[in-house]
Amino acid sequence: MSAAFGSSSWAEGLAATKSNYTVDEKLTPIEDVTTYNNFYEFGMDKADPAALSKDFKPRPWTIKVDGMVAKPQTFDVDALIKAFPPEERVYRMRCVEAWSMVIPWDGFQLSKVLDAVEPLGSAKYVAFETVVRPTEMPGQNATFGSLPWPYVEGLRLDEARNPLTLLAVGLYGETLPNQNGAPVRLVVPWKYGFKGIKSIVRITLSDKQPLNTWQAANSGEYGFYANVNPAVDHPRWSQATERRIGEGGFFSSSRHPTLPFNGYADEVASLYSGMDLKANF
Amino acid sequence: MVGLSLSLPKRFQPASVWGLYVVGLLPAAYCFYLGATGNLGADPVKTFELFLGLWAIRFLLLTLAVTPVRDLLGWNLLRYRRALGLICFYYVAMHFLVYAVLDQALMFDVILDDILKRPFIMFGMAGLVMLIALAVTSNRFSIRSMGKKWVWLHRLIYVIAACAALHYALSTKILTVEQVIYICLLIAMILYRAYRPILMLRRREARLRPAT
Ligand code: HEM
Repeated sequence: MSAAFGSSSWAEGLAATKSNYTVDEKLTPIEDVTTYNNFYEFGMDKADPAALSKDFKPRPWTIKVDGMVAKPQTFDVDALIKAFPPEERVYRMRCVEAWSMVIPWDGFQLSKVLDAVEPLGSAKYVAFETVVRPTEMPGQNATFGSLPWPYVEGLRLDEARNPLTLLAVGLYGETLPNQNGAPVRLVVPWKYGFKGIKSIVRITLSDKQPLNTWQAANSGEYGFYANVNPAVDHPRWSQATERRIGEGGFFSSSRHPTLPFNGYADEVASLYSGMDLKANF
Repeated sequence: MVGLSLSLPKRFQPASVWGLYVVGLLPAAYCFYLGATGNLGADPVKTFELFLGLWAIRFLLLTLAVTPVRDLLGWNLLRYRRALGLICFYYVAMHFLVYAVLDQALMFDVILDDILKRPFIMFGMAGLVMLIALAVTSNRFSIRSMGKKWVWLHRLIYVIAACAALHYALSTKILTVEQVIYICLLIAMILYRAYRPILMLRRREARLRPAT
């Protein structure tokens, strides 16, 4: 049913088992999930990724995992899917721009990959890198007003190992469409969406906090942690509420209150005990 | 200078101004129709809000272009300037209403907080307030009764242009090519206004100098 929206020729069924990770809210329609995307590698307009990602080739694909690990490895994405059968996780997705969706992802916990490479005791952070392919990603050719490539993101190792932290390889039971970060992307549901780095080719463990792309571009607006927090405004808007995408036209859409840690406080608040969340936004 | 005359026969002139209002407001009507019927994409409220802001900038530029177009190309479109300015005002007013009613759902504390705290909203709000002043004095009665003061008041359009440029420039994470083009055009209009007295003086001198 979604083939019309998933532009990827790889959009095919993905066997995923149900999991206990779900939220009791209406799913955002797949049309909206696959046509309203921030993925600047394909362009800065939210319609660009769906329109301009047709030539992107998400197979064959490997992910290099290196840095402070005992067993650095390069994984083939299909081998990973075989080794760690995807499960379905319905997560809220809160964009830093004050809109949100509810998305059924299919994927496996990042912790499984980390366990496989055996992080050293000195490793404190995990850095991620998106592929650079200007011939397939028109936004990477922009000479002006874009971001420096590759897009990089980072997590603390304990955040990366949290059971909620997912490497998604599909959504709505099909392989990930190009515009959503094919073939593999990060999903960290208690953080703003820009932490969810797409089309990952490299994961590096380190003892230094990575400088993520948006923090480098505008450190006054975007930090390293980027935990969803209704009490800390973005400089240009309040984060107290959000527009839920996919509720229809002007008059049927409504604002929802934004929840601390996007509703995942029980699972993750303890990661930040004693930290000033206003200073570490 | 040979002016290219674009003038219509006199009896069509009032109709052409009314036609401009209709054509000018058509984009807003069409976009509203799409949004009200659920055909404006995933985030219709934000899409409509930004659409109206962009058309406000377009009509602001057209309003500001009337004078340089007459000076430099000889086309006299003065007759349409009031309509262009008012259409710009209508777009800004709708932009604000969509922000306040559909986007912020009339949460007055949030709106007030935005206006008092966020520089890009402050510039936008300043633009709106000045546009209201110009719109309510855009009638013939005000022009006649205010005299010189009217001319001074309506020079605020250049301050509005500066506010709009700042508002637009500060409204996004990083500048896009489209933004830079519109902002450069606004700056060009403001600079032209500063340069215009010099241009006019040179022309007058050239006219007075005896031909050799
Ligand atoms: C001279 C008056 C104004 C002009 C010309 C103007 C124009 C614009 C433009 C061109 C944009 C960006 C559109 C885009 O990104 O495609 C914008 C965005 C915006 N404006 Fe205005 N505006 C004005 C006044 C106001 C006022 C009075 C308010 C509210 C108090 C306001 C609130 C906003 C908001 C909230 C955004 C959206 C920012 C975002 O979510 O990206 N504007 N405006």
